[in-house]
Amino acid sequence: MIKKTVKNVQEALEGVKDGMTMMLGGFGLSGIPENSISELVKLNVKDLTCISNNAGVDDFGLGLLLHKKQIKKMISSYVGENAEFERQMLSGELDVELTPQGTLAAKCQAAQQGYPAVYTPAGYGTEVAEGKETRDFDGKMYVLEHAYKADFAFVKAWKGDEAGNLIFKGTARNFNPLMCGAARITVVEVEELVKPGELDPNQIHIPGIFVQRIFEGKNYEKRIEQRTVRQK
Amino acid sequence: MLDKNGIAQRIAQEIQDGYYVNLGIGIPTLVANFVRDDINVEFQSENGILGMGPFPFDGEEDADLINAGKQTITALPGASFFDSAMSFGMIRGQHVDLTILGAMEVAENGDIANWKIPGKMVKGMGGAMDLVASAENIIVAMMHTNRAGESKLLKRCSLPLTGVGCVTKIVTELAVIQVTDKGFKLLERAPGVSVEDIKKATEGTLIVEGDIPEMKL
Repeated sequence: MIKKTVKNVQEALEGVKDGMTMMLGGFGLSGIPENSISELVKLNVKDLTCISNNAGVDDFGLGLLLHKKQIKKMISSYVGENAEFERQMLSGELDVELTPQGTLAAKCQAAQQGYPAVYTPAGYGTEVAEGKETRDFDGKMYVLEHAYKADFAFVKAWKGDEAGNLIFKGTARNFNPLMCGAARITVVEVEELVKPGELDPNQIHIPGIFVQRIFEGKNYEKRIEQRTVRQK
Repeated sequence: MLDKNGIAQRIAQEIQDGYYVNLGIGIPTLVANFVRDDINVEFQSENGILGMGPFPFDGEEDADLINAGKQTITALPGASFFDSAMSFGMIRGQHVDLTILGAMEVAENGDIANWKIPGKMVKGMGGAMDLVASAENIIVAMMHTNRAGESKLLKRCSLPLTGVGCVTKIVTELAVIQVTDKGFKLLERAPGVSVEDIKKATEGTLIVEGDIPEMKL
């Protein structure tokens, strides 16, 4: 067994520097790497390029990094829940690359699996395709989208073992599995870290080969963005 | 004239037994409330669930179980979870039978704009561009005119496009309209609405052939 555990979040984030490109898992606030984000805030690294489907809310998730102006460029599909984000974008302080959600997933997966680029029909004929190579396959037009290149991927899983094998829960899975192994170093935080052999190999979503560092996270807030309920 | 629930109710009639359906945010979300209970339908939410159920009971919300609108939801028996690549694989691979979404503008050739108002609103496209680029059956649920009273069914979209030549049908508070090679073909009128009313509210080419029936709700 090749051990991937690190002591804590500080050790997990060793080597993080100004100007790096980071992938961060999560959809909305669901499945975001809360511990790694807090540590990025503490380290106060600047000029980051962040690849993440959303940009958090004003006081949580990536909103915490935006608030301290640590992000230079944001690559996302939807950024509608964040007033500070909008202010920085409209004032030109923040560079924003909006990418269709499925394309964002495909560009992460391409990086993970060694494809330099993939063709997708999404965005053809729109401003998203401007300046990109397009091609006709069987009478339908596709846009060539290149794999992302990132220094770190920050991932949140539900359970993991010391070998870095991961299991995700519910819709907190989202982009997390696709970012594993898609950057030079993949850092995973889990709610529960167990010994090898405790997870059923049949149930593993991501094998440990895609993970460099794993640790058990602390104090998960798991904030709900839109609490919607029905009455009994 | 229909209200938002009426639009959702009419769209629900388009859903057939065995359909996998993706519902967008806004009026499309309401469609789930009107699906006949004698057919089997599964709802997909592109953040990673098939077999989405109703909102949870108070106190049973789970931060790890949300829909594409970030609302807390439940999973029905037979549901499955998956990552975003697989989710959009279902969409891109045309395994989802019907996509229902909102729009700011639709053009008579089927172009749709619903993600950006330059200089005013820049929230992003989310999964909308992937959905409209791949789905074969796309129904738009929207109001016929905007708040200023201007038609949203146009000759050409004025806003940045989400997708080209992709919308198949439009249901508004006034009408059911099919997008054809020749323009917007009027299929049905909403209760109490005349063909004249619909013509007035439609900037794009409106094709009216024969008697136009009133919707049955």
